[in-house]
Amino acid sequence: MVSPGVSAGLADVRQRIAAVPDPELPMLSIADLGILRTIEEVDGTIEVVITPTYAGCPAMEAIRADIEAAAEPARVVVRTVLAPPWSSDDITEAGRRALAAHGIAPPGPAAPVGLTLAVRCPQCGSVETRELSRFAAAACRSLRVCTTCAEPFDAFKAH
Amino acid sequence: MSSRFDARSRSVLGLADDALIASHRLSEWVARAPQLEEDIALANVALDLLGQARLLLAHAGQMQVPALNEDQLAYERPIEEFRNAVMLERPNGDFAATMARMLLFSAYQYQLYSALSGCADPELAAIAGKAVKEVEYHRDHAAGWVVRLGDGTEESHQRMQSGLDAEWPGFTRLFVDWIRDDVIAAGQAIFPPWLREPVVHWLEPVLERATLVRPEITQVREPGIREPGRNGAHTDDLIDILAQMREVRAAHPGASW
Repeated sequence: MVSPGVSAGLADVRQRIAAVPDPELPMLSIADLGILRTIEEVDGTIEVVITPTYAGCPAMEAIRADIEAAAEPARVVVRTVLAPPWSSDDITEAGRRALAAHGIAPPGPAAPVGLTLAVRCPQCGSVETRELSRFAAAACRSLRVCTTCAEPFDAFKAH
Repeated sequence: MSSRFDARSRSVLGLADDALIASHRLSEWVARAPQLEEDIALANVALDLLGQARLLLAHAGQMQVPALNEDQLAYERPIEEFRNAVMLERPNGDFAATMARMLLFSAYQYQLYSALSGCADPELAAIAGKAVKEVEYHRDHAAGWVVRLGDGTEESHQRMQSGLDAEWPGFTRLFVDWIRDDVIAAGQAIFPPWLREPVVHWLEPVLERATLVRPEITQVREPGIREPGRNGAHTDDLIDILAQMREVRAAHPGASW
């Protein structure tokens, strides 16, 4: 049986873990990015389940360490799952606003490759933008330019 | 060839080694690609493939008694235990040939991972379900270049056709059956010849838009046609890849980073 004190402690740990920033997109918490799946107490151990955005995401080990540090003094076990696969649709509304506020166009709905919907310029709001490069600074981003204000910007890929 | 790995482990090692070796060759383009954006693109594709290789190697390692980790399998396995297709070992040359290889290999991987995402091995199905979204993007990227170069200038067309012709024989051998029947019957692997029709069906309109001539398709069920890499028979090019991949590890045994 879990005492009220332990439950309150868990809620606090939960909050601190959910607020851990993504190392490559520090304006987003791991909860907002949608890579934090569950935090559960099982037989006295707090188990945190996360999922990678891309299979080769080099940030997973850093995220695991950041979660462990954020939970201290509580001890947590961090487990990675692959299914169901992460989708850019898992980014929260707050996460999308934070991306746009930092000059990264949030992703449209994940659709089959080739069916890209209009991407709005995070600087001036124009939808007259075009792709410069299908790959950019991180696996989850592409590079675009706005044809209205001429600013280049990163866009989060719909994935 | 006898192996300490059982048939099911070998089928997963084939997937892992294909991704690992393809990733290594793509990573050699870093700082050498024709454009900065393409440099980043090739590095990103290599990173996706490396991520897939790590997950697949870890999965194959878990099947062993005692279990092996991904590093032991990547760095300490003898060359004759590698199961990658030899087309992925060939050294890089013309950029057009790299794009031909990416197109053919990612079109194959796309169908393979799509099929595996519903297979009877839950971990393999999860890895495939993750990877299929990534290789779809690689396939689309390569198709863009193949059409652009094939339907470009006289020289780009000729070089794109040469690249396709050079990669094609190895590509047709991807569909040669090499996995033991019981592993396929158990739903833990896909019978390679099944993949050929959907892969070629997808490729045809791309090659047509690129104004390229599709080379002949070998009848992969003909006796005598083998993919040597699936039996652990490799070219000297894989010796070079592994020597480079293992250089730091060899200089600092037991180091971790």
